[in-house]
Amino acid sequence: MSQDVEAKVKSIIVDKLGVDESEVVAEANFTNDLGADSLDTVELIMEFEKEFDLSIPDEDAENIATVGDAVKYIQEKS
Amino acid sequence: MNLKDKNCIVTGGSRGIGKSIALTFAKLGANVAITYSRSADAANEVADEIKKAGSKAMAIQADATDFSKAEEVIAKVVEEWGALDVLINNAGITKDNLILRMNEEQWDAVINTNLKSVFNYSKAAAKPMMRARGGSIVNIGSVVGISGNAGQSNYSASKAGLIGFTKSYAKELASRNIRANVVAPGYITTEMTQDLDEKVLESIREETPLGRAGNPEEVSNVVAFLASDLSSYITGEVIRVDGGMAM
Repeated sequence: MSQDVEAKVKSIIVDKLGVDESEVVAEANFTNDLGADSLDTVELIMEFEKEFDLSIPDEDAENIATVGDAVKYIQEKS
Repeated sequence: MNLKDKNCIVTGGSRGIGKSIALTFAKLGANVAITYSRSADAANEVADEIKKAGSKAMAIQADATDFSKAEEVIAKVVEEWGALDVLINNAGITKDNLILRMNEEQWDAVINTNLKSVFNYSKAAAKPMMRARGGSIVNIGSVVGISGNAGQSNYSASKAGLIGFTKSYAKELASRNIRANVVAPGYITTEMTQDLDEKVLESIREETPLGRAGNPEEVSNVVAFLASDLSSYITGEVIRVDGGMAM
């Protein structure tokens, strides 16, 4: 299951940000490493909410800055 | 000009300029959800008229100052109609007084209803519009937000604040093809202005180069233009509909 989440998260990021899969590593920061602007990160969160059927409150979303943060958060919540 | 099949929300749509916007939009083919605070009968009549024009309609009771209610209203429209294309932040009140006599309640009520509500609804609309890769927001300001007016410090502050908010919103969301503009009416004949005394009305006419009050349709036509695809390259703009008053 945890690997499923990770693979799905990565594929969403590749799709949304148009980056190469090899760049989407756990430590990669959406803004600094993957070139996301502030709206892109909001859209990523929206996409995670939709794909994983979650509701991610703004105060939690602010703490999701890297690929690893997203995977960990979604694994904990789903 | 047409708004065919565009799904729209007009806050404060049961009376005055909001009602005129709702009916103009319906005539242009839009589906229109209006919100209202107290006038349920008037709101339902507007909804009936929208339906008679062949469009879908909803009348939703909602206090515009209520943040979470705004999310509910937007979610309901998106759920029932599939998308939100246009948001018109029109809900507004006046509580006029000289600054020296104005109390805290008068200040807070006007700022909350006229300005905080715009944040509430615009924020809630941003997500569905981002998903749809486009949308148009039109906020109803006032010429006094540009020029100020003795006795209306609360109202003019709320309407000036709305201009700053709209321009920031337009910049933040332009990359997603979401446009935001302001229509700033001058003296328009509605229930809000009918109680002004004749002396004030006379001076308003004197200050208005076109020499008369406007009617609500003269405002809603411009709102419809900004809501429509005809204005696709206009964002962050303030259009006065004031007979030249603030020129």
